[in-house]
Amino acid sequence: MPVAELRGVTKRYGAVEALRGVDLAIAPGELVSLLGPNGAGKTTAVRILLGLAAPTSGEAQVFGCHPACHQARVRRGALLQVGKVPDTLKVREHIELFSTYYEKPLPLAETISAAGLAGIENRLFGALSGGQKQRVLFALAICGNPPLLFLDEPTVGLDVESRRALWGRIRGFVARGGSVLLTTHHLEEADALAHRIAVINQGRIVAEGTPAAIKAQTQTSGLEDAFLAIMRENGSPLEEVIQ
Amino acid sequence: MTRVYWMEVKTEFLKMARMKTYSVSTVAFPLMFYAFFGLAMAATLPSGISMSRYLLATYGAFAVMGATLYAFGVGVAVERGMGWLEVKRASPMPPAAYFVAKAAVSLAFAAIVVTLLFAMGAIFGGVRMPASQWLAMWGALVAGAIPFAAIGLAIGSFAGPNSAPAIVNMVYLPLSFCGGLWLPIEILPKGLQHAAPFLPSFHLGQIALAIQQAPVQGTIANHAEALAAFGLVCAGVAWIGQNRDREKTYG
Repeated sequence: MPVAELRGVTKRYGAVEALRGVDLAIAPGELVSLLGPNGAGKTTAVRILLGLAAPTSGEAQVFGCHPACHQARVRRGALLQVGKVPDTLKVREHIELFSTYYEKPLPLAETISAAGLAGIENRLFGALSGGQKQRVLFALAICGNPPLLFLDEPTVGLDVESRRALWGRIRGFVARGGSVLLTTHHLEEADALAHRIAVINQGRIVAEGTPAAIKAQTQTSGLEDAFLAIMRENGSPLEEVIQ
Repeated sequence: MTRVYWMEVKTEFLKMARMKTYSVSTVAFPLMFYAFFGLAMAATLPSGISMSRYLLATYGAFAVMGATLYAFGVGVAVERGMGWLEVKRASPMPPAAYFVAKAAVSLAFAAIVVTLLFAMGAIFGGVRMPASQWLAMWGALVAGAIPFAAIGLAIGSFAGPNSAPAIVNMVYLPLSFCGGLWLPIEILPKGLQHAAPFLPSFHLGQIALAIQQAPVQGTIANHAEALAAFGLVCAGVAWIGQNRDREKTYG
């Protein structure tokens, strides 16, 4: 049984259709990457699976129940795109608070080391660099030791080194048996991490498979070329694809 | 479960105490204003009550309003508008914990600043009252934070993160002056005196004044009812705002 699932989900915001009949399932231990340009519907799909938005039609389930139910909430962690996190709390205080939300959280020291925060746990969040801040958000996602993670564009704005380091931490989580839904518009990222890629554009899943299968499907060598080919077939203006 | 609430309150308190724009201005402004108008002017009102005693009640109300309106009005607007509230909602945090913590912390700040004001009034303003009156006034002022928390939450549930501080000031400062908290209501222009009963600030000031047996309009029960009504209406408005928020547009 999948740990998280969207079945025929559409989501309309007024006249805008953010999702148009999306089917997506994440199996236990699987890292699925939802890949697409900005505005494709990636964040909407994640918000629905987190119970932050309700589908207009179709069904969303996490661990067999409604995404907002308690059972689902305590068994997942999430790293969302957030504009501002309270600056006047220490790294340790942020993690300690989020740990109390879960029934069996990781010990504090373990979360700190798994997120690469050793040595800065007593700093105020506002005094951290961009990469360190993103690591704190990752720590908040994993501190409850959940079997499922939602990572919404986790490496946006990070330099190459921080991005690679975060990839390592995500791989570590999957190696311990965790499942992940990772959204990205970073092709290399999906290729490096995912067992399976679902390409989303204008609210529809337009291709799905292993990174290798996605490449084969369009007879191109690079994933980036494959991505652009899929987007063109689906009538997306090129400028939008390239960003 | 109680541990979650306790940790939420403790963390919220640390966060707000370290945020100097909140903690320092919430405490310093009422004390400073009271020192200028209540202590330095050393006048006696026509009713025979000293300015230092009268304004202790009204600056107490002013202080309580500041502690709650900023914590909720600005605090919720910023955390909501910048996505932090969303992160909390996605977590297994009990949904009420966020608001309970904010209420507990703004009440704590209200209690701190009212206590300091009372100490100033007693030590430097020569204000003397029976202990029961001091306690009743303290309790009424701190409890008066609750309806203002609802007003702040209503603002914070609709205002954008950048405009919220300006909106809170546009509500807080006129409410304080027109409600007779800066200067005694009886020396304000007649027009304002008639308008004052439509303002929640006036009612909290009147409750505190009634406890120290200054002449007031109506009874404590009337004013408490008016405050409860304001609080409930604003809580309803806030509830609408919080629900609307969940369906905001995102890519």
